[in-house]
Amino acid sequence: MMRLNAKLGWIMLLVLGLVFPFLAGNDYHLTVMSTAYIYVLATLGLNLVTGYTGQYNLAHAGFMAVGAYTVGILTVDYQVPFWIAFVLAGPVAALLGFFIGIVSLRLKGHYFSIFTLCVGYILFLVIEKWESLTHGTVGIIGIPAPSPIGPLTFDSPRALYYLVFFFLVVGLWVMHRIVSSLLGRTFMAIRNGDDLAESLGINLMRNKLLAFMLSVFYAGLAGGLYAGFVRFLGPGIAGVEHTFDMTMYMLVGGIGTLLGPVLGGLTVPWITQTLQWLQEYRFLVFGPILVLLVIFVPHGIVGSFIAWRARKAAQPHGSGHA
Amino acid sequence: MLEVRNLGKRFGGLAAVSDVSTKIETGKVNAIIGPNGAGKTTFFNLLSGVQKPTSGQILLQGRDITGLRADQIAVLGVSRTFQTTVLFNQASVLDNLIVGHRLRTKSGLLDVLIGSSRLKREEQICRDKAHAALEFVGLEKIATRLAADISQEERKRVAFALALATDPQLVLLDEPAGGVNPEETEGLAELIRKMVANGITVCLIEHKMNMIMSLADRIMVLNYGEKIAEGTPAEIRANPAVIDAYLGSEHAGV
Ligand SMILES: Nc1ncnc2c1ncn2[C@@H]1O[C@H](COP(=O)(O)OP(=O)(O)OP(=O)(O)O)[C@@H](O)[C@H]1O
Ligand SMILES: [Mg+2]
Repeated sequence: MMRLNAKLGWIMLLVLGLVFPFLAGNDYHLTVMSTAYIYVLATLGLNLVTGYTGQYNLAHAGFMAVGAYTVGILTVDYQVPFWIAFVLAGPVAALLGFFIGIVSLRLKGHYFSIFTLCVGYILFLVIEKWESLTHGTVGIIGIPAPSPIGPLTFDSPRALYYLVFFFLVVGLWVMHRIVSSLLGRTFMAIRNGDDLAESLGINLMRNKLLAFMLSVFYAGLAGGLYAGFVRFLGPGIAGVEHTFDMTMYMLVGGIGTLLGPVLGGLTVPWITQTLQWLQEYRFLVFGPILVLLVIFVPHGIVGSFIAWRARKAAQPHGSGHA
Repeated sequence: MLEVRNLGKRFGGLAAVSDVSTKIETGKVNAIIGPNGAGKTTFFNLLSGVQKPTSGQILLQGRDITGLRADQIAVLGVSRTFQTTVLFNQASVLDNLIVGHRLRTKSGLLDVLIGSSRLKREEQICRDKAHAALEFVGLEKIATRLAADISQEERKRVAFALALATDPQLVLLDEPAGGVNPEETEGLAELIRKMVANGITVCLIEHKMNMIMSLADRIMVLNYGEKIAEGTPAEIRANPAVIDAYLGSEHAGV
């Protein structure tokens, strides 16, 4: 019954996502929502390595930028067709992730985070300073829109919305596959503690590296979508504040849960949008809310719900068995 | 089962384990005792590969395993529990245990992406193993309980179950009865006997003398990293060096 409820919930979300363009008042809403989806996709990746595997990667936005610039540079400077460049965005990020992971994952806990913070900043600097490759602070302008696939064209906000939505759904489905499998359990065992995981026969380096590469693959993919959607890139997208934003989505929605990044990534942008009139002061309101949340709801909305449901189900005569 | 030759571990100037030679005998309860800081946990860390020895050799059934990683040693059939059991509190007891048999499975990312039949089969095997291990330690009834909500003694049993799910030949238990009451301690001792009766060799560290004396076949005593005595419980009780080491120690006569 519980499984069925979860399935029903996901189907409802899917339907909501499909009909949203018909409910949205204007193109602006569609654009806000599509951008949110792109960041949710990236956050799914961050959640895999941080929420499920316990390694907090502060360079995540840097990898998203790598994916975005892969598409930007290839399409604008080398006239590579959009979809070929797009297909490369994830793998390029993952390949870079392999080399960075193999070094950084030797470090544990905070040391790993501090190291990746530096990596993220270096990625930002490389993008900003390597002008012959990245156009530096000028940025990359005039990235072509995703070219039509057969009868499907991507020149309207609505079409782009569905394109982004499609990749979010696929990304979620694959993530569901991963985290509910033995592989996901392996990652979670590592999050629980290196020593215990290792004594259970889990090869730490190999599995951490796999989680890391998968995670930055998501970031690269999201970056590729971003390039095709926004069609303008600046070094700013590599900034660590974007990683912090994604962290916030995870924390609010529920770190280490599948739905958490979705919920957080969709609600937080809308909340900050509505607090727009407070201008710079909006973080005076939002900051304390976040602090309270982390103290009192440490597992986020989804995490708390799951724990509550599990407790109910474990009670011998609970009504959870309905 | 396992033989240790001149094993040593230094942390800077401190010799946490020095020149220890001993054997862990197959099918027996082998115990390690000693005052706080004697190097017992470090000794376990060396055997299980969590830390690398600075000198000496470890042989598992004649095979040199010195310097292997912890996960490699686990695959060879050596499993361990820790002084404090860290479980994933937000998941059920059963969910915590399923990963225990992961080391005997082969499914990787590709299996996950294509949803291979091997993955399905192996997931079922892991689930069955987890159930069997829970049943073995007598906790089948709390399988669906959230790990956050179980008692200290149940936690100890779950730690046993996790170690058993790896299909070990040798289990190293670090203070299995730490922090549980005398009645529960007797229950855990009973469980350890049951493990041995099922063909698993046990080596345990414990401060509770009553439990050790009635449970162990052989005892090794560590003090300041050195082995100061070894023998049957009766021999250890009568050994002057042991009495010396424990005199004035808070554990005397416990
Ligand atoms: N990683 C480490 N770095 C430095 N010193 C260490 C390390 N691990 C243990 N030690 C030291 O080695 C000595 C032995 O510690 P160990 O934990 O093995 O003792 P123990 O016999 O298990 O004690 P207890 O009964 O309190 O658990 C102690 O002096 C401890 O401080
Ligand atoms: Mg100890």
